[in-house]
Amino acid sequence: METIKISGLTKKYKDTTAVDGLDLAINEGELFALLGVNGAGKTTTIKMLSCLAKPTSGDAFLCGKSIVKESGEVKSLIAVSPQETAVAPNLTVRENLELMAGVHGFAKEKTERKIAELTEQFGLGEITSKKAGKLSGGWQRRLSIAMALISEPKILFLDEPTLGLDVVVRSELWDNIRALKGKITIILTTHYMEEAESLSDRIAVMKDGKLIITGTAEEIKAFAGEEKFEDAFVKIVKEAVK
Amino acid sequence: MKLKAFSSRTAKEILRDPLNLGFGLGFPVVLILLLSAIQANIPVELFVIENLAPGIAVFGLSFMTLFSAALIAKDRGSAILQRLYTTPLTPKDFILGYTLPILPIAVAQCIVCYIFALILGLDITVRLLWSIIAIIPSALFFIALGLLCGSVFNDKQVGGICGALLTNLTAWLSGIWFDLELVGGAFKKIADLLPFIHAVELERAVLSGNYEDMFPHLYWVLGYIAVTFGLAVFAFLRQMKRQ
Repeated sequence: METIKISGLTKKYKDTTAVDGLDLAINEGELFALLGVNGAGKTTTIKMLSCLAKPTSGDAFLCGKSIVKESGEVKSLIAVSPQETAVAPNLTVRENLELMAGVHGFAKEKTERKIAELTEQFGLGEITSKKAGKLSGGWQRRLSIAMALISEPKILFLDEPTLGLDVVVRSELWDNIRALKGKITIILTTHYMEEAESLSDRIAVMKDGKLIITGTAEEIKAFAGEEKFEDAFVKIVKEAVK
Repeated sequence: MKLKAFSSRTAKEILRDPLNLGFGLGFPVVLILLLSAIQANIPVELFVIENLAPGIAVFGLSFMTLFSAALIAKDRGSAILQRLYTTPLTPKDFILGYTLPILPIAVAQCIVCYIFALILGLDITVRLLWSIIAIIPSALFFIALGLLCGSVFNDKQVGGICGALLTNLTAWLSGIWFDLELVGGAFKKIADLLPFIHAVELERAVLSGNYEDMFPHLYWVLGYIAVTFGLAVFAFLRQMKRQ
């Protein structure tokens, strides 16, 4: 069943076309990666799907709700973990989670239940009373994803979730993301090829705002005739220039 | 519920910053103590507590602009606002959530200021209570100015404009330290067109019990609230759309 249906989605800024007539369908429970070099249109696509930017033309339907006409309903279905760490620095880990539960209008009982659940899931137990601004980058990212999940979203947008993290922390965060697979639909943008290959059910490659190819990592490698996914990505993007 | 959660976060972010507390509450208290000490050692009546206390109470409000603007500018610079924009919070929730929690902080600052004034010899009368209530319009103006500056300027600009320029404007163009009639000319005319002197005169009128002297100062302050708040809402919504 399709959770996200994108048709002709376009975003223009003056004389630049950031996203150009994107058509895509993403299934329920799928972990879908959006790849592309800088300026490919990944973040703009995420911004439009999360109702942060209005499309110039086209539309997308999230669980059947239009991002153009029903942005209020869409916002109650989604959560975003932005590229930069988005935590309130002077609030404790617990207070950050309470903030997100509060802005979604959760009752006290539900808030407590969700905080307990996410604290367990992301191993935040020992740092709940620490200020978020004092945490390491890895812990802030974990908290950031936990904050996104507290609203029980149907769709989660992860924009470069492991950017700038060391290999060990990245691997731990991958485990957290893997644990979510199948439970909610996840749209992931990343510059790390191994991240996309390791985590995703399907991958889309974008360049200059256009979709070049969509498929599983194996399908994309077979299409490019390369053994390594990174080589396949580079080949496909370079050939798209010609 | 949503507004309460966001407002609570605003209050915590401000009150947990030691610099905010140091400057916001500490600096006006230091000023009132210092100027009262000077008054005790000079033969002329320059810093009489009945005139000084309402002035310092208003001057302290300029820090509310700084708190409000700094928080909004920081939030805009980080991704926290982007995250919150994808939640069911409405533009009204954001504007009220940045405005309302600062009002009790402003009133608390005014109370601290008058407590020190009492220690320094200000009479205890019911007019003190009215003076605390009368600070609310001026507080709203300074908070709205913070919303405007935070929506327009970045973190660093806010430090310079609200931290240095505004505090100096409030200090020099409000008649707190000296009678502006003594300077006269263009300086006095400019001061009369700005809200700072009217906020101070309004507070002084209430504290002295000369309630008829509240006017036209109250009208000036209310006018500035309307204009500043209107501009602030416009600027906030504009940056929200840009994000």
